[in-house]
Amino acid sequence: MKNFSITREKIEIQPLIDFVSHPNAGAICTFIGTVREMTKGLKTLYLEYQAYEEMAEKKLRQIGDEIVAKHPEAKVAIIHRVGHLDIMDVAVAIAVSTPHRDASFEASRYAIERIKEIVPIWKKENWEDGQSWIGDQKEKVSYPTGKPEIKEEV
Amino acid sequence: MVRILLFAGLAEAAGSSVVSLEMDQAEWTVRAVREKLSELYPALQDLLEKSMVAVNQEYATSADPVRETDEIAFIPPVSGG
Repeated sequence: MKNFSITREKIEIQPLIDFVSHPNAGAICTFIGTVREMTKGLKTLYLEYQAYEEMAEKKLRQIGDEIVAKHPEAKVAIIHRVGHLDIMDVAVAIAVSTPHRDASFEASRYAIERIKEIVPIWKKENWEDGQSWIGDQKEKVSYPTGKPEIKEEV
Repeated sequence: MVRILLFAGLAEAAGSSVVSLEMDQAEWTVRAVREKLSELYPALQDLLEKSMVAVNQEYATSADPVRETDEIAFIPPVSGG
């Protein structure tokens, strides 16, 4: 498997864990993002995810590179699903291995936050009473400089 | 002629995931493409202003150059995860 990928299939977690497993790892942290039914009182029926797939895979890889720049011994794998997703389906999965636990927690948190900033993937909510494309989850509605701020710190 | 990829709400508002623009010079800027698109598709203007632009799959600034052979994409605010 590729360690940074966009898929249309159901996500399996174990291949990501296998990918980051190695003898010097003392910790593997996984994050699994799933489709939630209720958001602020609104009921979601299902989601549709769309990606600019080739660029999205590049940006996932960039996130992995940023993590390795901060934690040289880290291994990272990220997969994001697109298409029609039902409640409780896995939308994204991240696995990070590091020699010690602190770095693996920090890096997996960093990865999911960074996905919401720079990876060209969009979610369309299909509510009980309508539908809408969701943007601006991090309240960054506009980019006066034309691109998102690049974070220095991991 | 330059091809521009649209996604999510932008594609829906435009009724297409690809639009083409005639270029009257060999090299434009990202800013010029954004302005031209807004002119041709007034319904897209708000979302175009909120969108980032990628040239050849890398985020670009308003002043960056655009040529006919480039892959240009407007990236509305993302919502992965």
